[in-house]
Amino acid sequence: MTIEHYKKSDTLFVKLCGELDEHHSAYVRTTIDMLTDGDVIKRVYIDMSELKFMDSTGIGVLIGRYKRLKPRGIPIFIQSPPPTVDKVLKLSGIYEIMTKAG
Amino acid sequence: MQNQMTVIFDADTENEAFARNTVAAFCALLDPTVDQINDIKTAVSEAVTNCIVHAYPDKSTRGKITITTTISDDSVHIVISDTGVGIDDVSSAMQPFFTTKPEQERSGMGFTVMESFTDSLTVEQNKPSGTIVSMTKTIRGADWKENRH
Repeated sequence: MTIEHYKKSDTLFVKLCGELDEHHSAYVRTTIDMLTDGDVIKRVYIDMSELKFMDSTGIGVLIGRYKRLKPRGIPIFIQSPPPTVDKVLKLSGIYEIMTKAG
Repeated sequence: MQNQMTVIFDADTENEAFARNTVAAFCALLDPTVDQINDIKTAVSEAVTNCIVHAYPDKSTRGKITITTTISDDSVHIVISDTGVGIDDVSSAMQPFFTTKPEQERSGMGFTVMESFTDSLTVEQNKPSGTIVSMTKTIRGADWKENRH
């Protein structure tokens, strides 16, 4: 599992590459928190186009990030989830709190 | 005709990918679709994660997880068991968003995912301790049964 990221103006782009399960959840959690803590950003895009696998552990990670960023008024957008990941995302109801962008 | 395989491995997060990929590789004998394989991988991952996160709270010793996968003509049957602490209240545990570890950012969606991604799910107590999760998924539909001869 690798994470690519870059900032463009006040938008943070985070790209998750590989398989997100329990084994990699702490790495994803701490990396996103490190990138968002203390930095001036207005929104976060999580690019899932290279995410080959995700189980409900990933839902826990996303909800955790949502809870941290919501008080700062920073929305999370989900980009390009593959069908297998999208199926877990839909089932969890996460799209009620995060917008799918592309 | 049935065909069966069993793997036993340590309850360590490092083995999650091994577990789901091994079951998926065995199921490939039934020539499933990509979607079906992904459903199986996800369901297995959920069950194995439950064993790792909940079954063996004493981290000084490593517990074991056993997966027996049986493929028959048209379906796959997967039994994932541990000999850990077991689940106090199975019906509560199976409710969506129920988790005993909210402080760890657990979604509580594990059993819901297993239920949605397979055709049947049962959860029972292992003897003398632990949990047995059984899942069945039909791979080949009625078309295959009609045309197989």
